[in-house]
Amino acid sequence: MELLLMFVKILVVVTIFMIHLLYVQYFERKVIGHMQARMGPMRVGWHGILQPVADALKLFFKEDIIPSQSDRPIFFVAPIIGVIAGVSTIAVIPLWKSFSIANLNIGILYILALSSIGSFSIILGGWASNSKYSFLGGLRSSAQVISYEISLGLSLVGVMMMAGSANLSDIVNAQANSWFLFPQLIAFFVFLVSAIAETNRVPFDLPEAETELVAGFATEYSGMRWALFFMAEYAGMFIMSSLAVVCFMGGWNGPELPLVGEYSGLLWFVLKVYGFIFFYFWIRATLPRYRYDQLMSLGWKIFIPLALLNVIVTGFLRVL
Amino acid sequence: MPGSYIPTDYFPVAIVILIATLIGLGTLLLGLVVRPRRPYTQKLSPYESGNPPVGEPRTEFSVKFYIIAMLFVVFDVEAVFLYPWAVAYDKLGMFGFVEMMLFIFILLVGYVYVWKKGAFNWE
Amino acid sequence: MTLPQLFFAYFALSMTVLSLLIVTRKNPVHSVIWMLVLFIHIAALYLFLNAEFLAAIQIIIYAGAILVLFLFVIMLLNLKREETAQKYQSQWPISMGIALVFAIFMTMIVGKITVMPALGEYSVEAIKAEGSMMTIGKVLYTRYLLPFEIASLVLLVAIIGAVVLAKQRVE
Repeated sequence: MELLLMFVKILVVVTIFMIHLLYVQYFERKVIGHMQARMGPMRVGWHGILQPVADALKLFFKEDIIPSQSDRPIFFVAPIIGVIAGVSTIAVIPLWKSFSIANLNIGILYILALSSIGSFSIILGGWASNSKYSFLGGLRSSAQVISYEISLGLSLVGVMMMAGSANLSDIVNAQANSWFLFPQLIAFFVFLVSAIAETNRVPFDLPEAETELVAGFATEYSGMRWALFFMAEYAGMFIMSSLAVVCFMGGWNGPELPLVGEYSGLLWFVLKVYGFIFFYFWIRATLPRYRYDQLMSLGWKIFIPLALLNVIVTGFLRVL
Repeated sequence: MPGSYIPTDYFPVAIVILIATLIGLGTLLLGLVVRPRRPYTQKLSPYESGNPPVGEPRTEFSVKFYIIAMLFVVFDVEAVFLYPWAVAYDKLGMFGFVEMMLFIFILLVGYVYVWKKGAFNWE
Repeated sequence: MTLPQLFFAYFALSMTVLSLLIVTRKNPVHSVIWMLVLFIHIAALYLFLNAEFLAAIQIIIYAGAILVLFLFVIMLLNLKREETAQKYQSQWPISMGIALVFAIFMTMIVGKITVMPALGEYSVEAIKAEGSMMTIGKVLYTRYLLPFEIASLVLLVAIIGAVVLAKQRVE
């Protein structure tokens, strides 16, 4: 019986997550469109609400072109690794009070481990396509991801110190009275920027920008394989947003709302995560791109010392 | 008795990973059935903005990537040492703070060396 | 065959098979993929030893950092499939024989270990009560302080060595 309940729980959460992945792209196009004084998708269904369905069907039925000199097994496996790494992280996120698929004591490390594996898919995708653009794009993209992974991890050390645990539910419970945002403002800033760089989003998306290297590591991928790569990217975006919400903005904590009652935790969590995702889109609509050497030196020269400074200051203040 | 421990906490995680794998594989394999397949040489050759591909696709790249990867390994290990320290921090007190400052200081020496050598400058 | 034994049998078998796959692939990038699968199995084995922190670290460092380094090196050296050496050299019967003798020798030695060491103070229940990260934190930074600080020196040597070796080539 317990097993069945667990299965149902997993299926529901994963299905909702997949629907989110489908619609977050629509959400993005609408938001960026409105920010650029236009409307975004409008034709398919009421206000374009069926656009993602149309896109998914189109990608599904597209011809699968595998370039002639490519390394077939790796070409096949690269997007799948990305999807597995992206989707599996949903297992540890606490959605509301004592509700997460798995309550791991190493929750934060689990997410960091999966994002390390996700960086694999980029470099393999670039290599497997056997094309100059893809290869260079894949190398640059993965060098960027690994450079910011260090500052990402270091920025979370302060949070672990304040909560005394790496368990995401414990971290949320420790913020029942006050968020970690204000004591850990530097860490939040470092985490924010590192998360944007990790997910290869503007302003750090040079390796996949259309005007630079065509589509970077994904140049030779068409149809469903391309869709899997970008599913992995949007999943990464969701995971970074929910990690930010859980670690810095109180997770599902929030005053009890009248209508929803005991599920108000879930509502708060969803609102906060979508607020963060909106922030991602806002940045995309606003900021220009960083040059590659600028973004690499930013990651190593500025954010790692900043994150370490935060660790030292937090440690010092806590030991007093 | 030793050797009889099963990590039951991780069973849901295994299921989620399995489902994610099935989603990834499933969409691709299902599409195999419905997709058209009409290959010809021009379509299959690598994309170079319309020009015929020129040059060896995997020419040697600079050593910068290699340095970055090696530095990443070392700093990742340093970050990993910080995680259990952070979790057990309240129990370690001033002693824990000082020892970790020593650790970070030694690594900062290496960091400054790398900075001075210019390995962090990309171009 | 109890469930834990079944799991162990699976891991033992799969790790042996994976190791063989790693060393026999012609394409080095394929070897790296099999190494990734092997490391994931090792991490799962750590989970069965109630060492969840080590499992996470195995993935973060080995699979996430060291394998990426391997991939970069393979791509730097531009090892193409056609250029890799012939799969088995002419002396392979002799080397296979020596490896087999060594394997039998190791099995005999390990098989002689019949006395299990007494369980220390960190039993499964004790670790589960606090979490493996808290336990490691409490022990590593107090009792094993010296190895920890020495580790930082080893890392320093690694940083300096890496930059010195790589920069030599550039100039």
